[in-house]
Amino acid sequence: MIANLGFGALVVALLVSLFGVGAAFYGARSNKTVWVDSARNAMLLTFPLLTLVALCIITLLVNGNYEVEYVASVTSNSMPTYLKITALWGGQAGSLVFWTWLMSAFASAVTLRKWARDREFLPWVIIVCLVTLIFFLVMIIFFENPFARIWQPPLGAPLKAMFPPAGAQLLVQADGRGLNPLLRHPGMIIHPPMLYLGFVSFVIPYAFAMAALITGRTDDRWIRLTRRWTLIAWLFLSLGLILGGRWAYDVLGWGGYWGWDPVEIAAFMPWLTGTAFLHSVMIQEKRGMLKHWNMVLIILTYDLVIFGTFLTRSGVLSSVHAFAQSAIGPLFFVFIGLTFITSVGLLLRRWSELKSEGEMNSMFSREALFTLNNLLFILILFVCFWGVIYPLISELFTGQKVTFGPEWYERITGPLFAGLLLLMGVAPLSAWKYSTAKTLGKSAWKPFLVSLVVPLIVIITGMRQPFAILGLWLCAFAASVTLYEFGRGALARHRIKEESLPVALWRLAGRNRRRYGGYIIHLGVVLMALGIIGIEIFQTQTQGMISKGESLTLGNYTVRFDSLTTFDYKDGRNVARAVVTVLKDGKPVGELHPRRDYYYESQQQMTIPGVRSTLEDDLYVILADWQPIASQGATFRIYHNPLVNWLWLGAIVFILGTLVAAWPDPDPELVSERKSRVQPAASRV
Amino acid sequence: MLLTVMMGLSITGLALAQDNQPGAATDDQVNAVARQLYCPVCENIPLDVCGTQACAQWRELIREKLGQGWGEEQVKEYFVAQYGDRVLAMPPAHGLNWLVYIIPPLAILAGIFIIYSAFRAWKKPATAAATDQGAALPPDPAAAVQDEYVARLEDELSKR
Repeated sequence: MIANLGFGALVVALLVSLFGVGAAFYGARSNKTVWVDSARNAMLLTFPLLTLVALCIITLLVNGNYEVEYVASVTSNSMPTYLKITALWGGQAGSLVFWTWLMSAFASAVTLRKWARDREFLPWVIIVCLVTLIFFLVMIIFFENPFARIWQPPLGAPLKAMFPPAGAQLLVQADGRGLNPLLRHPGMIIHPPMLYLGFVSFVIPYAFAMAALITGRTDDRWIRLTRRWTLIAWLFLSLGLILGGRWAYDVLGWGGYWGWDPVEIAAFMPWLTGTAFLHSVMIQEKRGMLKHWNMVLIILTYDLVIFGTFLTRSGVLSSVHAFAQSAIGPLFFVFIGLTFITSVGLLLRRWSELKSEGEMNSMFSREALFTLNNLLFILILFVCFWGVIYPLISELFTGQKVTFGPEWYERITGPLFAGLLLLMGVAPLSAWKYSTAKTLGKSAWKPFLVSLVVPLIVIITGMRQPFAILGLWLCAFAASVTLYEFGRGALARHRIKEESLPVALWRLAGRNRRRYGGYIIHLGVVLMALGIIGIEIFQTQTQGMISKGESLTLGNYTVRFDSLTTFDYKDGRNVARAVVTVLKDGKPVGELHPRRDYYYESQQQMTIPGVRSTLEDDLYVILADWQPIASQGATFRIYHNPLVNWLWLGAIVFILGTLVAAWPDPDPELVSERKSRVQPAASRV
Repeated sequence: MLLTVMMGLSITGLALAQDNQPGAATDDQVNAVARQLYCPVCENIPLDVCGTQACAQWRELIREKLGQGWGEEQVKEYFVAQYGDRVLAMPPAHGLNWLVYIIPPLAILAGIFIIYSAFRAWKKPATAAATDQGAALPPDPAAAVQDEYVARLEDELSKR
């Protein structure tokens, strides 16, 4: 009953969306606002419909309706209710519905804004959002139906279908297979929603860009309108990537946070173009340049978002031949191809209207440095793309699969990221239009000298790895320039307005949130880079089998195996929990509890590390679950990860900075009104 | 440095209670080789962390080979011969795989070239020479950057 209701709502949502596209198109071409308003209503209607779909799925999940195949595949009787709810995005069909629900939510939010000044954009924004929605709805309804049930036909094996095949009976299982244990971690519960929020919200700036191209309003109006959307989209995408890294670190048990896995890279690529876009739109706003390039960037971001969703969902990464086995792969491929060709076509049509208004006066001007920043991001993107695509090419043409490990990626992107760190140090000191090597040098020499202290200290204390020293200097340089900018601005306010320094700092950031929010983000990046340098260059590890009372040593840490308890837990798993004592330089500094969880239903196990975290390092102890785990002998693996917690702290600063940058300014009209009221009074004085 | 740590640890490791025969390779020695290989069946999982029974058996195979005195390279070659190029962390440079190593540097050079041409196109020829002499500076180049900043700040504040 509920399944049918949900499926019905899906079909109605598809029909409404199709109507909306038609109405918007007709209304725009024949200039009839009543049809555009109708399209707008259609857009708004998809949201309650899709909410109903999601609620139906959640109801089925929570009630354990195992005749529905999706429910059987991601839930089980022993799962707690909150996990059953989050199982909405635990499998393919449900997560596609979730993506679609988010799309309709954002598109509706955009439709509800005041359109008075930009009426001509509205129909095209609606069309782009609805076309994306239609694509996903078609995939869900015809290929990945979350409401399909399992039927037992009179002859043969059970099969999955929405409507009963002839003479078949509903097959109701007593229990489901349960959610993959790896996904039952808080990080994995919010990681997909965050990532999808980021993906989906990038569709909005793309929609406005297409509207700008179609209507010929190729000034930077579309950029100003979507400025906050872009920043929020970027915030969610960044958060999704960070949470994914945290989940990998906490749960996957290899003592790392990023493996350059193609699925990780799939989500990283739109982030790269998104970050490049965030910077280069400033060039268009300030100097009227790079208009073509901004269009290219947003088109790339949109198609990379779809490509990212496709890569993680289509099975193409396990084998290029798996790609064709489900219809999802070819469908995504066709959609990306069509949207790319259409977007580029629209861009070419308006090419001459996107001429630059300004010119590049200096290689050291801010616009030149931002362009360099874009170059580096695009090169990193290219390397990532090549690393993901080449194994497929190789398999297609030579039948031989190849693997690209972290070493390949890090060797090539390392210098590029270092270049970005350097630019983070130099660019804030440059000015729009007028900057030469001389003026830059004048501003830069003080923070430059300060930054040299760091490599000096690390060399004196014995560090010899050249990449680490260089990396630490770059971090110090970027940090000291950013702090210098804060200092200069606050001091200037302090002198003119006679504000105390803390107030000056607060008001400085408050008056120019985008700039100073950006600087806080850069500081966050520097802290993250510090953590990355620590763990990537200085990580050590050891592994060994020890019995109760024995120890393993790593550097100046010793880990002593104290005891092991094994018990069943109420949500269907058997837990083996080890107690180990950590000693540093011989003195006990903590007790850790690495454990192994074995889930009876899915017959899968996972290991959770015990981690001792300080600002200086992490000591990460994990049980090796492919060996027996008993008091007489258990295999432990220990990682020592220096500085890794700066990665997570830096991420928090990064997010805070983005919030500062995105925080709404008071309505500019109100501000100028207040000013005009105040000024006559002042002139009387 | 890692090598020294591992050598020290492997000596200590041998002293700890292990079920292996004396002289057998330690877990750390096995992992040092396994880390450079990828699981032949799972997707993109390095051999030292893969938790499947198959991978555990492959690691025992490495232990056996190391115990017989095989070198690191020999073990890697053995795996490649058995399971193909995909077990290596970098595609071996033969045949089509040369593209892997040629394309990225080419792309970097192409990118630099494009930016360079774009910069040149954006500068009008007439002002190109003037810019070189720093004539594009604002009217009062003698003013300290600090004062220029103060002036910009005043400007920005007055707009609000």
